Parts: sequence; C-alpha cells; structure tokens
Amino acid sequence: MTPDELRAALRGVPDPDWLAAALHAVAAEPTTIARYFPAVGRRCGRADLPDLPGWTADEAARALLLASLPAGHAEQAETLYRTGDAAERRGVLKALPLLPIGAAGVPLLHDALRTNDTRLVAAALGPYARHLDPPAWRQAVLKCVFTGVPLAAVADLDTRADGELAAMLAGLAAERQAAGRSMPEDATALLDRLTAASRSHHREA
Amino acid sequence: MRIFDPHIHMTSRTTDDYERMAAAGVRAVVEPAFWLGQPRTSVASFTDYFDSLVGWEPFRAGQFGVRHHATVALNPKEANDPRCRPVLDVLPRYLEKDAVVAVGEIGYDSMTPEEDAAFAAQLALAVAHDLPAMVHTPHRDKARGVDRSLAVIAESGIEPGRVVLDHLNEVTVRQVRDTGCWLGFSIYPDTKMSPPRMVELLKAYGTERMLVNSAADWGRSDPLLTRATGEAMLAAGFTDDDVDRVLWRNPVEFYGQSGRLDLDDTDAAAATFAGNSILRGGS
Repeated sequence: MTPDELRAALRGVPDPDWLAAALHAVAAEPTTIARYFPAVGRRCGRADLPDLPGWTADEAARALLLASLPAGHAEQAETLYRTGDAAERRGVLKALPLLPIGAAGVPLLHDALRTNDTRLVAAALGPYARHLDPPAWRQAVLKCVFTGVPLAAVADLDTRADGELAAMLAGLAAERQAAGRSMPEDATALLDRLTAASRSHHREA
Repeated sequence: MRIFDPHIHMTSRTTDDYERMAAAGVRAVVEPAFWLGQPRTSVASFTDYFDSLVGWEPFRAGQFGVRHHATVALNPKEANDPRCRPVLDVLPRYLEKDAVVAVGEIGYDSMTPEEDAAFAAQLALAVAHDLPAMVHTPHRDKARGVDRSLAVIAESGIEPGRVVLDHLNEVTVRQVRDTGCWLGFSIYPDTKMSPPRMVELLKAYGTERMLVNSAADWGRSDPLLTRATGEAMLAAGFTDDDVDRVLWRNPVEFYGQSGRLDLDDTDAAAATFAGNSILRGGS
C-alpha cells in the first residue's frame, strides 16, 4: 500500500476539501494532526472503499494523515493510538507499514492483540505484523480462529504458518471436536494445508 | 417498537441485558460517564473508563445490534475529590471523539462550591466543543437542586434546547417545562419514576422535549423499563406515533444536535446483526 493508492481510493469521500486541508496542515504543522485525527470518520465516512479491498474510508484517511507527517514526527502515531478511540487505533495500526519507524510500532500491535475487539485484532495482523516474533504471531493467528476473525485478515499467512502453528491448530480442533463444536472453515483449510505440506516434506526427507 | 435509551450505564450490565434489550426493540443507547459506586483515586482511573466508553463498550453493544454512544464528564460527586478534579484537563480530548454526543453527567450531588465550579467549567466545555449537556439533578434536596442547576445553565450561555435535566419527577417537572430545556425521566423498579406515573406526566405535559430512560446501572434497576413505559403509554390510549416520538425521535433529536449520532442501518441492524460479521466498522 502506498500513499498515492490511498489518495486515489479516497477521491469520492463526502468532504474532500476537508481532507485536503487537513493533509496540507499536518505536513506544514505536524502537531495539528491531534485535532484532525478524531474527526476523520465524521468528515470522510466509514464505509468500505470499493477500490481498496480491506480498507474503510476512515482507516485510509487516517493512514494518509499519518503518512503526511514530516520526517522526524512519525512518533506521534503512538500518542494518537494511546489517546485514540477504537476507530483511531484501527487507523494507526493500518498505517504502521507506511511509516518510517522500523519496528518501533510493535508495542502497539501487542496492545491491540491483548484486546478482545476483533477489529483491532484484525488490524494488527496486516503487513506490519512481520515484526512480530513467531510465538506472538502464532498466538495472534489462533486468537483470530477463537474470536471469528477471518484468516484472510492475516498478512503472509501461508509463508509464516509453520509446524508449531499446525500443532496449536490441531490441539484446538481436537478440543472443538470433543465439545461437539466446529472449527471455522478457513482454519480447517489452513490446518489441512500445513498437514499436507508436512507429509510431503517428510516424504522428501 | 423502536427504542433509544438515552441514559443507561451498560458498563455495569451483562450481555444477557444486551440480548434482552435488543429483543425488546432497543437499537441505540447513550451511556453517560458517572460514579462507579467505588470512589476513584486518580485521573488514570477515569481515562481508562472513558477509553472503555469509546472503545470496548461500543464494540460489545455492536455484537448485539445495539448502537452505543456516550457522554463524558467529571461527575458531581467526584468533583468534590481534589484527586479527581484534574479530570477536567483531559476532557477536551474526549469531547472530540465520534461516539461522544454530550458533556455529562454534570450538575449537583451535594451542592458544594466544588460542584459549582466543575458544573460551570463543564458547561463552558459543552459550548466550546459544540456539544449538548446532560445534567444530573440531585437526589437529596432535589427541587432546590433543580432551581440552582437552571440558574447555572442560564448563566453559562448555553442554549436551553441543548440541555437535558435528568431524573425529574412530579415535583420538579414544572420547574423545567417552561425553560426550553429537555426533560429526562428515569424509570426505576421502585424509586425515581415508574411506568404508570410516567404515563400520567405525559398526559399532563405532552410528549415534546420529554426523554424516558432506564438509567440502569449497578444498583437495582431494569433496562427493559423503557419498553414497559411504551406499553403503558399504548394501554393508556397513546398512539404508536406518540410512543415512537418519546422513545425514539426525541432522543435522536436531542443527541442529534451533537452532529455525531451515527444511526446508519439501525433499522436493519436489529434484524440482521447475527448474520453480519462483527468486523464491520461503524460501531
């Protein structure tokens, strides 16, 4: 995702002048972002963006505001997350891959993954989750399965899923089966893929 | 019957309540920030509470197809504690949030000078943030508390149509009726107001600027008494349209003055939420 793609997808927002003025102000005077950030949903809407699957208008506009911060001011993202409501936090999480902060945003992912708000959990598992260490990432994937977050929300799912995650999923599947409850189809499909890959690996070895 | 409960403390209620409320027709609520029963000792305790009102609680409500908004303030009782008064300094950032549709509960508990100061300061915040104000009237010495509240409201310069005085009853309704302020009535199992008494007030004073709420919280209270009041109105000869005005259109009109009430899809929400992904934004 690039700022230009976000900008293009936001062309149809209800109040484009407001967004243009906000982006201009934030680039010139970075502290003004605190004033614009909470109002984004009211000004830009909250609907899914047809041209940008997986993004809502408010998420995209907040990500664009954060990406417009001048060099050296990206750390404001953390303050905006800590003082934000659920929608603002989602906007910061979605923006993390666009910001020049390296792995400094990882504590925000941990915070979001501790919540039970499925929208925050999903937003924490985008491309930036590559900075999560394997144990935290596996726990997060399992949490998705537990709380009904579609695994399509998880970036790099098939490249990162490993034997340890397969064992955790198999354990959950066994508990669910014993309880007479079902597993989400996408989790069963992932477990099947991992099991098949492991078998073929063993055959090759 | 579609119901908007303009005053209910869902933080203190269970998911069973959300289920029963949704089944009874409650599609939207406003949760005012208030006293939690146990006194708080620091500002951080308040910010965690306010964060929950604009974070976790709307999410929880959304799982049951109920739209959740909040009012935020330093409540009158804790305005007397010097450890809590700095809460006034963190309010501005919350008063810009999407889900915050008024400043409240403000007003009086024991009518102290400290409460005077917090009340006036928070009415000024309502004006500065272009928000309505939600005023709790005291349980002790209520009639004088209402008069004193009306004087502070008049002095603040806030437009009366942007203020609701809550927890009114047969004795205090007349004091507020002609001021232009909105009138809130809390229907309780055995204190405050009851459905039959509420129906009598609606007969005597009409449905204009009248708000009916359950004010359900951690005490003995019942989130379905809004519905019971609507049924009592119908039994007494009020029309479906009268009930819709009191239980839906009036709270929508009052809190809609914030410009932040988001009721998109609430007509569909109650019927279809179970089939939708709870990942859908909006709440």
